[in-house]
Amino acid sequence: MKSILQKLKLNFTSPFWVTVIPFGWLLLFFLIPFLIVLKISLSDLKFGLPPYAPLIEWTSEGLLIIKINLTNYTFIGTDSLYLFAYLDSLAIALLGTIGCLCIGYPMAYGIAKASPSKRTILLMLIILPFWTSFLLRVYAWIGILSPQGYINTLLINLGLISSPLSLIDNTFATVLGIIYCYLPFMILPLYAFLEKIDHTLLEAAYDLGARPFQAFIRIIWPLSRPGVIAGSLLVFIPAVGEFVIPELLGGSQTLMIGKVIWNEFFTNRTWPVAAALAVIMLVFLILPIAIFQRYQEQQVRFLDAE
Amino acid sequence: MQNKLSPFLKTMMIFGYAFLYLPILTLIIFSFNSSRQVTVWQGFSTQWYTALLQDEALLKSLWISIQVATSAATLAVILGTLAAISLVRFGRFKGRGFFGILTTAPMIMPEVITGLSLLLLFVGLEQIIGWPHGRGILTITFAHTTLCMAYVTIIVRGRLADMDVSLEEAALDLGARPIKVFTAIILPIIFPALLSGWLLAFALSLDDLVIASFVAGPGSSTLPMVIFSSIRFGITPQINALATLIITTVAIGVMIAGWLMHRKK
Repeated sequence: MKSILQKLKLNFTSPFWVTVIPFGWLLLFFLIPFLIVLKISLSDLKFGLPPYAPLIEWTSEGLLIIKINLTNYTFIGTDSLYLFAYLDSLAIALLGTIGCLCIGYPMAYGIAKASPSKRTILLMLIILPFWTSFLLRVYAWIGILSPQGYINTLLINLGLISSPLSLIDNTFATVLGIIYCYLPFMILPLYAFLEKIDHTLLEAAYDLGARPFQAFIRIIWPLSRPGVIAGSLLVFIPAVGEFVIPELLGGSQTLMIGKVIWNEFFTNRTWPVAAALAVIMLVFLILPIAIFQRYQEQQVRFLDAE
Repeated sequence: MQNKLSPFLKTMMIFGYAFLYLPILTLIIFSFNSSRQVTVWQGFSTQWYTALLQDEALLKSLWISIQVATSAATLAVILGTLAAISLVRFGRFKGRGFFGILTTAPMIMPEVITGLSLLLLFVGLEQIIGWPHGRGILTITFAHTTLCMAYVTIIVRGRLADMDVSLEEAALDLGARPIKVFTAIILPIIFPALLSGWLLAFALSLDDLVIASFVAGPGSSTLPMVIFSSIRFGITPQINALATLIITTVAIGVMIAGWLMHRKK
């Protein structure tokens, strides 16, 4: 019966274009651009606009010449600066993700345990910063951490230090900025899973003599694991390519790959190198993105939390 | 699950919320500082708000951002809703899995990659078919639409999946045409999701710096681009004033939305 209805529905309500329009849009504006990035990463640098040479050329004799140029990749391979930028990006994103998890997990757990009326307010307070300007939230930390910032001013006035601590323009500030900006992305999927946990399971565990820590390790942690994975990837993947945070808080010594791509593109105008760097970053991220896609079906609703 | 919070959880909650809100609070407090030096309090003043209203470049970029965000959010809601309907209501069609991946991928893709690839697309298209002619509001709008429709799809999908299908089936059985079913039944039910999707898309577009920087042309700097270039030259109380205005607007908006939804339930 159900299958018949479904078939009927398919005939009635699935006009071709309902799928084709959004699908076509994403193909044109999301998938094809990646292929172009790949193509340009294989082309020669050229002076002019656009600053790259065509990959496919018809010669005057009617010959089709396809030039595949791997020099952009070998160039990246020979300069250890790029390697360090990739490794630093992965390390910083990982530290940021761990930081978000350490702060976000207890918060999500606390929200899930609160009474329903309180829960609405607590959740809204998590979502609120997400709606306000990302850029301005990073900017706030400049005022807090800079040598003339609130922390240094306070410590100097209290007589605890005599010269300002260097809190900004380093890896520490970058990780802190990532934790701060991405915390809601960790808390929301975690909350979605923690909230669903059946309280009677815990009661049963306590009745059987489990201590709170045991109950947490054996019941709550395993049941919330999909949320942990989804939240971690939701932080980690965009953080690897982060530009604004390392640019404003990391100073010149923090070289994250997003910043390197930006500089190659805007400052050096070496588009093919920037494209090759993006392709390599995408290769690093394919596995995490694939895992995220597996989990996203389950956490599809976290954004609609309220 | 309800329970009394342990001291550890309570401490972590207080710490976490303080961590989220203290930086924002410092922005707000020092926007009323009379000193040009942002970190030293010298007395109450609203001069930075007045200065803000006289900053022509900033106001122009705000207007561009609003235009972009309005059209990108509207386009994203249309495309995202169509995508969500295909994914939730059309069963298992060929390529559905791939389509599903494609709809959420823009959400997690690092912005630098999205921005770079869209710019290369626009440059390539212009070379081949002569469109888009140059870059500006139109290209930023298309780029933002692509980013925002991922969020809209997720929100609308959630609402559609919760919805009772038998209503639609009944209407179809009674001879309603699909368009009628959509406008009379589906649309009113998913309307709150469309509204929150639109607002989220608007906020995301208004906030984006990286993608816009790649696809913007001369004379089409958006608000975040102007803010970014002034932040790069150091902190100014004027930016604090702007931050305060944005945060207050958003907070009031979210509270009204929350109150309306709460009342409806």
